[in-house]
Amino acid sequence: MSKPSFSDTAGRGLARFSIAARFLLVPIVAALCVAAGYNASKLDFAGDYRVFFGPNNPDLIAAKNAEDTFGKADNIAFVIIPKSGSVYTRRTLSAVHTLTNQGWTLPYVTRVESLTNFQNTIGRDDDLIVEDLVFDPTELTEARLNEIRAIAESEPLIDGFIVSRGGDATVVNVTVQFPSDVPNVNTIAQNQARALRDDLMADYPDLDVHIIGAASLAAAFEESGLKDTTTLIPALYAIVLIAVLIVLRSFSAMIAVLLVIALSTMVGVGFGGFTGIELTPISVSAPTIILTIAVADAIHIIASIRSKMRAGANKRDAIIDATALNFAPVSITSLTTVAGFLTLNFSDSPTFHDLGNMTAVGIAAAWALSLTFLPAVLAILPMKFKAKAMANDAAPTGVTAVVANAVIAQPWAFALATSALCVALAVFIPKIEINDQWTRYFDERVEFRQAIDASRPYFGSDIIEMVVDPGAPGAVAEPEFLTTVEAFTAWLRTRESDIAHVFSLTDIIKRLNKNLNGDDPTFYAIPDDRTLASQYLLVYELSLPYGLDLNNRVDIDRQSTRVTVTTQDITTNEIRALVADAKTWFAENGNGYALDVTGSNVLFAFAAQRNLEAVAQGAIYLLIAILVILALTFRSIPVGLVSLVPNILPILAAFGAWAILVGVVGFSIAAVGAVAVGLVVDDTVHFLSKYFRARRIDGKSAEEAIRYAFATAGQAIMLTTFILAAGFSVLVGSTFKLNADLGLLTAIAIVLALIIDFTLLPAMLLIAGRKRSARTSGELSPQGQPS
Amino acid sequence: MKTIVVAAIAGLAVALTSVAYAQDADPLASDDSKARGYAVAERSDKTDAGYGSSSVNLTMTLTDPRGRETVRELQIDTLEKQGEGNGDWSLTRFFSPPDVEGTVFLSQARLLDDDNQWLYLPGLRRVKRISSSNKSGPFLGSEFAYEDLTASEIGKYDYVYLGRETLDDGTEVDKVECTPRYARSGYTKLHCYFDTEVFQARRFEFFDRGGNLFKTLELEDYRQYPNGYWRAHRQVMQNRLTGKSTTLSFGDFDFDVDLNRRDFEPSALDRF
Repeated sequence: MSKPSFSDTAGRGLARFSIAARFLLVPIVAALCVAAGYNASKLDFAGDYRVFFGPNNPDLIAAKNAEDTFGKADNIAFVIIPKSGSVYTRRTLSAVHTLTNQGWTLPYVTRVESLTNFQNTIGRDDDLIVEDLVFDPTELTEARLNEIRAIAESEPLIDGFIVSRGGDATVVNVTVQFPSDVPNVNTIAQNQARALRDDLMADYPDLDVHIIGAASLAAAFEESGLKDTTTLIPALYAIVLIAVLIVLRSFSAMIAVLLVIALSTMVGVGFGGFTGIELTPISVSAPTIILTIAVADAIHIIASIRSKMRAGANKRDAIIDATALNFAPVSITSLTTVAGFLTLNFSDSPTFHDLGNMTAVGIAAAWALSLTFLPAVLAILPMKFKAKAMANDAAPTGVTAVVANAVIAQPWAFALATSALCVALAVFIPKIEINDQWTRYFDERVEFRQAIDASRPYFGSDIIEMVVDPGAPGAVAEPEFLTTVEAFTAWLRTRESDIAHVFSLTDIIKRLNKNLNGDDPTFYAIPDDRTLASQYLLVYELSLPYGLDLNNRVDIDRQSTRVTVTTQDITTNEIRALVADAKTWFAENGNGYALDVTGSNVLFAFAAQRNLEAVAQGAIYLLIAILVILALTFRSIPVGLVSLVPNILPILAAFGAWAILVGVVGFSIAAVGAVAVGLVVDDTVHFLSKYFRARRIDGKSAEEAIRYAFATAGQAIMLTTFILAAGFSVLVGSTFKLNADLGLLTAIAIVLALIIDFTLLPAMLLIAGRKRSARTSGELSPQGQPS
Repeated sequence: MKTIVVAAIAGLAVALTSVAYAQDADPLASDDSKARGYAVAERSDKTDAGYGSSSVNLTMTLTDPRGRETVRELQIDTLEKQGEGNGDWSLTRFFSPPDVEGTVFLSQARLLDDDNQWLYLPGLRRVKRISSSNKSGPFLGSEFAYEDLTASEIGKYDYVYLGRETLDDGTEVDKVECTPRYARSGYTKLHCYFDTEVFQARRFEFFDRGGNLFKTLELEDYRQYPNGYWRAHRQVMQNRLTGKSTTLSFGDFDFDVDLNRRDFEPSALDRF
């Protein structure tokens, strides 16, 4: 044949060494990987959805500013829905009263607000009476209940916020300030909140109680991530191992694959623990992805061993030959996949960095293990593949043979048909709508989603904070400023289709002005004197009990206040529109005061954009990297360029298919491109390396080389596609939509990649090969070979 | 009262003292942690008995988690407690921020009930009586609740002696758990640290209604006045949950100021 290449020599040498040292190498390598994996015990789930946002994200900075000024807005909200349909009964108010007191026992609580402890203010002569709206629920008379209802319905800070507009549901809102150094604090608090809810519902079976709020959201993130690791990963292992057993029909091969994936995963996840990252439902899919890619490496080598043994080679020679044959493609695909995952570092979101880095390390481990540990293990374990008389490793069999023959017969037809299909799908990409409504991140099986759905008919959905700042200490009391805020509040309240409630300081000031003027309703207005307004605020502050103060409404300098908007259940597009409209209104009518808009849903609303921009940039670097790697590998720039086509098309087509099938994506979509490119490149590289090996080393014609590539790489590509698609489909079972989307979309991309690599790629090679052999002895079949 | 000094504790009636003396053992060495805790608090309380009245200017500096500061200036006049069940009476005058200059707050503290409170608003030229259970609320947006600022009479708490400790600066202290008896207190308990030399409160740790430590108050720069009374001139309250803090810096206490009950009546407020 021809001189041995570097990759051949290296692969052979590695395999010989590994087999010779197998009884030392296997236990030592396994022990090292397990030791690295021990770091994984340090991993904890992030207690804060803010981990989805980078430190320089301007939306996050605005949110942190608001937090430092007004306190964190994390809350646990109990939504109480009486079956009687009315909040204003002695029974419901007793329950609210009880829960209000018990809310104080939740960890790290700073405020508890409810209908019963609402600080009702009454002005009577020169007395200002500030008291709980319901102090003792056992003493409530029918008349008093009606009075409470009248007060609640006319009070803008209760109506639609603490009590639903129909008076048929109410909220006990607990504000918490979780320290960042207590692991799983959200889940701990959430479980205590659940215990309070269960106790209350046991005493009051006529009430429906649901728990929502930002802290509950964070708990749902923790629980969803945990659920994925405890249910999806075992399912994935089972599917992969069964698939390996069915296809390879070798128990030893299955054991070897299991060892490679388990050890690679330990190294990858252990690296995460070592670098001290916090897990999220996003980064927790790293083990899944490592597993699928480690499987692909191992399968390619074992499939080659099988075909060598079927051709009559003994086990040792088959292992050495297979390792040599796969050294280059496994190395190249590992390199490109690692590059793909490292581009996730371009994302704004730290959790995507963690996902990318853990996976990259895991893939590197899988590469090293496949070329050393795997041959050694297989040399130890008994393995038999019967030599088959008709076995010929240059001729494809089964499905691959049918495909190979068809493509060779009609290359133009396949090239055009596949391209047309991809283009037809890709044109739908602009139809994709980006929506990061975090409440929809969880499917209906998740308690948090059920709670959100239950409270939706009664209360708004998310909180947006509008921080208004007149620019000078004390200026919050300026009549001009308060009048502006009042007008802004009024404007916000006209937007009933997207805003459920607006909480504004101006309502408090107007009420105080009335109270301090003997409850004369003509004084329900902004005071026209700054010192008077300041003194009202002072009176009010001096009157409020623990946990109901104004510190979350006005900053300590009296320089800024926040208008809290509760939105209806609207999409992130609508949130962005609302934010833009509010900024426009304020620019025109805001007297030059500063407006900052923040809130968790605002963060998520802009997350997709910020991630897509960064990842698009990363994708360009990735494509350049792949181009360079492939061009170097095959020693040909045209080949590098041509091979980009089957790498990019499946991803575009997959997004197109998604647009038709689902239509909506969250910001996890940013990860799909990088994940899918890395995997898709695998197929192309394995196919191309076998093709060029046949053409350049064995001097075969284009047709023969295509047949050889189908015969040697085809089955392994099919098998890995099957296993990877199955693996990513398991993610679809996640209760966390971002992961489910990531899994399904990647699975679609991998299947499309298989179709393209089996039709368009060989068709292009044939067309190019024939043209070139028509002209002299073309540049595509020169001296080199994969190295 | 010991203005502002939290659990520094005004003197208890002689009757109670004699009851304590009537017991055989020295309660300060008692094995009964309740009796010993009470005795430690009482010893501190007695160092302040009989001061009569005082006046002091102070600066309150509020700091947010990012280090932004804002300053309020006040004067507090105090009249030692008036009768059974009552705490000290106090007049708080606000000098800054400028918008509230001239505002005067009168509080007639009661141990186990809501205080009687009035406020003179110069903007309205009226005295307003405030009826609320606000003792536990933050005072002027600071980390001090009004109940932290006012006299901590010995009758406000139940006590349990916890042990002897040494603070970072080497001060030896008795640590006592103080449980508020006021039903609407913002705290479930306090850990109070009294030094063993001059019996002044050095540190308080505040536990919220969930039982978690959330605020710490350090009392520093104690000076003894010629009449024998001790006053801390710097108090720093740290909120562990929010990262905010408030520092009180006191000027010299004036014990010679001529104050009597008539100065602490609502009708006197608009005289200022």
